[in-house]
Amino acid sequence: MIKKAFALLLVVIIAIFLSVTFAKIPFGYPKTVVGKYYLDHGVKDLGGVNIVTSIVVLYRGFDTLGEVTVLFLAATGLGMVLAGLREKDEKKRKKTPPSLIMRTETKLLFPMTILFGAYIFIHGHLTPGGGFPGGVVIASAFLLMFLSHKKWEAKEKYTKITEALAGMTYVVIGLIGLYVAGSFLENFLPKGVPGNLFSAGIIPLIYTAIGFKVGSELTGLLQNLRETTE
Amino acid sequence: MIYGQVIFYGASVALFAIGLYAILVKRNLIKILLGLSLIEGAVNLFLINIGYIWGKTAPILSNKELLAHPSAKAVDPVPQALVLTAIVIGVAVTALALSIIMRIYETHGTLNVDKIKELRW
Amino acid sequence: MSSLILVVSAILVIFMIVGAVVTIHARDLLVAIIASAIVDLVLAVLFYILQAPDVAITQASIMGGLTTAIFLVVIKKTERYEQ
Repeated sequence: MIKKAFALLLVVIIAIFLSVTFAKIPFGYPKTVVGKYYLDHGVKDLGGVNIVTSIVVLYRGFDTLGEVTVLFLAATGLGMVLAGLREKDEKKRKKTPPSLIMRTETKLLFPMTILFGAYIFIHGHLTPGGGFPGGVVIASAFLLMFLSHKKWEAKEKYTKITEALAGMTYVVIGLIGLYVAGSFLENFLPKGVPGNLFSAGIIPLIYTAIGFKVGSELTGLLQNLRETTE
Repeated sequence: MIYGQVIFYGASVALFAIGLYAILVKRNLIKILLGLSLIEGAVNLFLINIGYIWGKTAPILSNKELLAHPSAKAVDPVPQALVLTAIVIGVAVTALALSIIMRIYETHGTLNVDKIKELRW
Repeated sequence: MSSLILVVSAILVIFMIVGAVVTIHARDLLVAIIASAIVDLVLAVLFYILQAPDVAITQASIMGGLTTAIFLVVIKKTERYEQ
């Protein structure tokens, strides 16, 4: 009880200090200069309409490469930690099979969900979205199939191959930029008309690679988790 | 105008405090991880709050009017790009932590931190 | 941001804080995880109100969808009630 009281006291003190600090930060007024630069020059420099995408993929491209690496390491680490995990007490829960309605519906929904994920990452430079949410939508389509079909599985061979090819595409595009335009991950394709599907240089290519990579990685992660639960 | 500051910064502070309380008091490992996830949401909300500007629209320059004067009409895009990165890193960290929790349950048979006293494998 | 949107976001914030309190107080971990998913989805709506649609779509699909699913798999594997 005393421990809880002390914890509550500490939390209240920290909240008061944070509130006092935040009261000094004005809400709703411009604060950074670099954001203004990106907004004014982003379309002229790169041709992408969605400025957030331009920042994530090109202005801060190294950051995104590192992020994809972190995601890959986490998925690999999860597979490594869980390898050989067995359920100790064989609780024989009576498992009811998924109903007929669910099996039929997920079969219909599976290709449409994958198509929606592909739509999200292909239009990353025009509309909100991009490679990361698109990949997650694809992985959730596989999650639906895992939930409804007990025997169905994503072969680890294919997810690994897709992931490796997508990651290699990202690095190779960066190296071509180094060779043609003079620096790593530099844009080397024509910019096109802002607002068209085929515009913004290498942004759609990189986001497609990221979408495939994230989707196959998370599918492999879910497959690993599923093998240990059954 | 002051109401926006109170509502959005207040939401971020409240979420942070609740998550910190969960981490300090709760003994269940999954509860501690849920508290961490609340703190992560609070920090993301605070970063987006910093980037917001009154009366401006999202940084997607989809019509001519926006393309003519972007910085006068759109909010700051830099914090949004940062938060986009942070969310994806967050899911990776959560998944790895959950796998370690599953291993701990296999070894010790419990998720209570107080009962896992011996530091052996 | 008009005053109507400010009122709506105040209601959403109260809803979110209630969800967070339920998250840390529920003995049943299933309830806690669902409440945490609600908090994440309300956060996504707040991001949309703050003119960040990219972040909103990412938050809704990753934190609201995938993380919840992984948590649910883990409590199925381990134990459901907090002692």
